[in-house]
Amino acid sequence: MRGLERKDFILLAFVTAIALLAPIILNPFPADSPLAQFNAGYPDLMQRFAIYGIFAVGFNILFGLTGYLSFGHAAFLGIGSYAAVWMFKLLTMNVLPAVLLSVLLSGAFALIIGFISLRRSGIYFSILTLAFAQMSYALAYSVLTPITNGETGLQLSLNDPRVLDPVNTSGSLPFPSLFGIKMNAVAEIEALGRVYQFPAGYYFCAVIFLIAFYLSMRIFRSPFGLMLRAVKTNQTRMAYTGLNPRPYTLAAFVISGMYAGLAGGLLAAMDPLAGAERMQWTASGEVVLMTILGGVGTLLGPILGAGFIKYFENIFSKINDNVLHQWFSFLPDGMEDFVVTILHPFVGKGWHLTLGVLFMLVVIFLPGGLIEGFQRIGRLFRRRPKAGKDDPEHHPKPAPHVAE
Amino acid sequence: MGILEIKNVSKSFGGLKALNDVNLSVQENTVHAIIGPNGAGKSTLLNCLVGKLIPDTGSVTFEGKSLLGRKPFEINQLGVSRVFQTPEIFGDLTVLENVMIPCFAKRDGVFRMHALETVLREAEIREKAESVLSDMGMADKLHMHSASLSRGDKRRLEMAMCLAQEPKLLLLDEPTAGMARADTNRTIDLLKDIQASRNITMVIIEHDMHVVFSLAERITVMAQGTPIVEDVPENIKGHPKVQEAYLGGAH
Repeated sequence: MRGLERKDFILLAFVTAIALLAPIILNPFPADSPLAQFNAGYPDLMQRFAIYGIFAVGFNILFGLTGYLSFGHAAFLGIGSYAAVWMFKLLTMNVLPAVLLSVLLSGAFALIIGFISLRRSGIYFSILTLAFAQMSYALAYSVLTPITNGETGLQLSLNDPRVLDPVNTSGSLPFPSLFGIKMNAVAEIEALGRVYQFPAGYYFCAVIFLIAFYLSMRIFRSPFGLMLRAVKTNQTRMAYTGLNPRPYTLAAFVISGMYAGLAGGLLAAMDPLAGAERMQWTASGEVVLMTILGGVGTLLGPILGAGFIKYFENIFSKINDNVLHQWFSFLPDGMEDFVVTILHPFVGKGWHLTLGVLFMLVVIFLPGGLIEGFQRIGRLFRRRPKAGKDDPEHHPKPAPHVAE
Repeated sequence: MGILEIKNVSKSFGGLKALNDVNLSVQENTVHAIIGPNGAGKSTLLNCLVGKLIPDTGSVTFEGKSLLGRKPFEINQLGVSRVFQTPEIFGDLTVLENVMIPCFAKRDGVFRMHALETVLREAEIREKAESVLSDMGMADKLHMHSASLSRGDKRRLEMAMCLAQEPKLLLLDEPTAGMARADTNRTIDLLKDIQASRNITMVIIEHDMHVVFSLAERITVMAQGTPIVEDVPENIKGHPKVQEAYLGGAH
């Protein structure tokens, strides 16, 4: 089936089903129930799931396969966004050329940054990529103001040329679209006490996400992917096998840079503005967290991690003290205040704390990420393999996350 | 004119002269052993052959081509493979994948991006890897994680990886170090088979005289960075200079 083994085909079908049905699956609670705020099925968040999924899947091609930990991938996210917004300003509001330029431009930048950074490995590589990303951030924030519009961020305006589009006489800003379908168009269906929203923008992102995921799957199973895993395991043996690790790592770096650029372009397509803060080191760190939280080097892990972090960021941060009081109103007064005080630092603005605790638990107890947790649960339900197959003397050393 | 010619090679580390004017010629399709006490410069010489070290002076030519200044992967692509003292394998990958990598390297060269093919569907490569592994007696371990192999199996895997490349010259750095006698004998038989069936020139560095005298057709004895004697095995055993080098001078 298009070059996929049975197992992978099932995985792809599973991910496709989830992606296409997300507006329904992510809306499990009726609109009037107190749990409705846990629903994630609204356009903005679903788009983030898909876009950051692409970002993390691409990052995983570099980090998961070759073990090179880049701390500067947000630079490509930002470059992608700027490229897309410029395309909207100069050429047309159609999202396809914008996204295409995002991918190409970030690929070109990745080639330059990768060529220099990949002269070193391990922590030095990470520091070099971080330095490049911070440099890009600083440039975008100040020096390159004519191109990036500095701290205000790059926005559309009414007197942009947009040479391919008909003259805009409406007096309001146009919105990115795909051959006439506006990216912010939403079809709403009311059923079962819930309002299901099917946003055009989300489906555009989802389709691109599925293509990106399929490609990453092919790369994982290809001879190229095998060579990348060889880079991670033993570069000495690779050199003495007649292979040059450098072009392999550079290719992986450029591919993952292009994925990041694609994600950046889509962010701009969903909301046509680009700011320098998108390149900040926190954004680079976020994708590292996503990948490690979900499971480095696994196909599904990074997507899971991206979903988790974006869910926390958008849902947990909305829980405030009033909501907590509502939940625990059944407790006696003193108890209620006590419980709310205990939980207070973990919700609302404190969602980072919850995420931090979760991250620590995962790294300590599930070094393979959340995906390992699911695999363990799955194994509990499956028949145990025959005893004696596992040789306790010869347990392989777990692979290091960072190339040594 | 041998397949490998080493002429006037010297190498110093700071004040230490590790190699001092080494001249050595290895004939095609022979097993050439290099022996000598610790610190004689055997490993340094080997590192000069594979591109890990660059000699200070002298020349190294393989099939008439100079090896100096070439990177390890370039030298390997010319047909020189190396087995390490401690096995260098791809520990994260399965045994089969370990051997498929050199098969791809043989087919595709230093770098090629096959991003949309499927590894396990490369039937030709897979068959080749499987046949090399079954020659090595590892057909039952194809899908084992290679880091979980025993030390002897890791060595055999490394040898399989080198053979999968069909090298012209195989360099072996103490291929039986740390092995039990039974394993050592198995390795000797294996190397004999390989030599007989594949026409590979071998250079072996070894401390175990049992291995050296069972395999080598020619032996070079090194001491203090210089080859002192080169001869056929029968003449080496009783050679006074060899005894002097090993026993610190028989007075």
